[in-house]
Amino acid sequence: MNSLKKIFDRDTWDEIFESISKNRTRTVITTIGVFWGIFIYIALAGSATGLENGFDQAFSGISKNSMGFWAQSRSIPYKGYEEGSRPIFKISDVDYIQQRIPEIEYISPGHQLGAFSGSAPIVVRGTKTDNFNIFGNYPNYATITVKKLFDGGRWINDEDMRLERKVAIIGEGTRDRLFEIDEDPIGKYIKINDINFKVVGIHKYSQSSGFGSDGDIYIPFTTFAKVYNTGDDFGFMFISGYDYVNPEYLETVVLDNLKLRKNVSPDDGRAFGSFNIGALFESIIKFSRGMVFLSLVVGIATIFAGVIGIGNIMLIAVKERTNELGIRRAIGATPGEVRVQIILEMVFLTILAGLIGIIVGSMLLFLINIGTASLEDFPFTNPTVPLLIVFGAFTTMITLGTLIGFIPAERAVSIKPIDALREE
Amino acid sequence: MIEIKNLHKSYEMGANSLHVLKGINFSVKDGELVAIMGSSGSGKSTLLNILGMLDTADAGTYHLDNIKIANMDETKAANYRNKFLGFVFQSFNLINYKDALENVALPLYYQGLPRKDRQKVGLEYLDKVGLKEWSDHLPSELSGGQKQRVAIARAMASNPKVLLADEPTGALDSTTSREVMALIQRINNEGKTILVVTHENDIANMCKRIVHLKDGIIVEDKKIKQNIIKDV
Repeated sequence: MNSLKKIFDRDTWDEIFESISKNRTRTVITTIGVFWGIFIYIALAGSATGLENGFDQAFSGISKNSMGFWAQSRSIPYKGYEEGSRPIFKISDVDYIQQRIPEIEYISPGHQLGAFSGSAPIVVRGTKTDNFNIFGNYPNYATITVKKLFDGGRWINDEDMRLERKVAIIGEGTRDRLFEIDEDPIGKYIKINDINFKVVGIHKYSQSSGFGSDGDIYIPFTTFAKVYNTGDDFGFMFISGYDYVNPEYLETVVLDNLKLRKNVSPDDGRAFGSFNIGALFESIIKFSRGMVFLSLVVGIATIFAGVIGIGNIMLIAVKERTNELGIRRAIGATPGEVRVQIILEMVFLTILAGLIGIIVGSMLLFLINIGTASLEDFPFTNPTVPLLIVFGAFTTMITLGTLIGFIPAERAVSIKPIDALREE
Repeated sequence: MIEIKNLHKSYEMGANSLHVLKGINFSVKDGELVAIMGSSGSGKSTLLNILGMLDTADAGTYHLDNIKIANMDETKAANYRNKFLGFVFQSFNLINYKDALENVALPLYYQGLPRKDRQKVGLEYLDKVGLKEWSDHLPSELSGGQKQRVAIARAMASNPKVLLADEPTGALDSTTSREVMALIQRINNEGKTILVVTHENDIANMCKRIVHLKDGIIVEDKKIKQNIIKDV
């Protein structure tokens, strides 16, 4: 087709630039629709991504499908147990739960003193003294809650457990309050309730892990049991499921099994306490994914509306330019040439508007990013739009622009030159 | 140059059919300057439109420079118009956002001439109509007579076989009309075949031959002594 060659002809583009630049008001009004569409799209999609990244970062300190359980008191009398009596976790319950629920990846029983119940013991180092929460944990606790340690230190290991070693992993806060500023606590001793513990690691405090504090001291589970004479009992357990497991489902199954095991009525909702980070995280992920999807739908719809707007104005423009197009055809423009000119004008306007929209949208995201960088509590990081999606939006725009461009182009051609010339 | 035989044209006006041209036989030789006269409704504009391939006849034959003009699609008609014909309209029909030179050069664009050549040829023709100094002026900055001269330059730019002028002085005062007709006479003297549609006697008398149309037929076709304009 001869008129296709016109697309690569510089003269064709000169004609188009002339027509566009000399009808400035029309050009500006026409482009606003598509500009707005792609701008909204970029801004929304970028913000949604930023939100998702922000949440991702906020939860980086924790295993994304973990949950915790602890015993409270029965609210319904059951199998001879009175209302108000407390079920007590035993070490054997851990194996029971683990065996019955294959979806569990890790299960970690733990003791605590001061955090949820009891009073925080006094911890002494030389002349300095303070109260800190003490936890007795299994080695796998660090895997579930993702504890990060400073270099040179280590977490509780199996040997510590077996030998009931008196070792402690202290927090940044513990270090700051019990040691001198430039002192390395590793290898030094602290006294917890008058018993010497050797410091083997310092954990980094991460606010986002949601519980615990920067002063928490972790010791081996077995050591805790011996020192505080808890026997086989323990206070709480952390469980994490495999990645494919639905956290809400896992929580229900664990609670059902605990009730069965500990003689708690199936209807008793208060005998065990639990918190489900996985479910929380999942709903946030769902929320931000919903945002991304919403922005996609809204963006595409707005772009669509914008392109239709351009088509609409081009239709009016064709009507307005009937006389001009008639003149062009009287002096030798073929219908193909007129058609190509109208379509190219429209596609060019669409691309121009789209590019401006992308640039301004990106600038807005850039500004938002800078503005929120200093806000710790605001989960918004790195608001980007994947290139593929930008490219996709762009292609959609050009395709739509071309297709809709056919309407005014056909209209322009359908008017006979003689009728067009009569138009004034 | 132009040879038409038994040309018929009617327009459908709702249920009625309006027979506008009722068998026109007419020929024009190379270098003639013909005035087509008639009152409104006589069919003179329809005839010119058919000659200009802007409209098609219902019956009859039309030869332009021994080429039979029939059964043409729009693309072919556009190419023929571009190569063989130059149009001058009563309302000038310049493109208002293009300056004088760009308007004159536009037919050459559709001929596929490179930009530089278009500028050069366009400027030559603007010079011919005495408007070289006005080449970068928009139509809105030109007087009526100047606009019509630009339109004539544009019609001439593609070096057509025939120039068709539809009431070229219809929107101009008498002084300007004389200027424009003087230009048309000059171009005719250089050898161009020109057809002028008009209803003014003094304009017609400035041509070399007058064809009178009435109710769709030619009632008179005579050579006249041309009133040559000298005082412009």
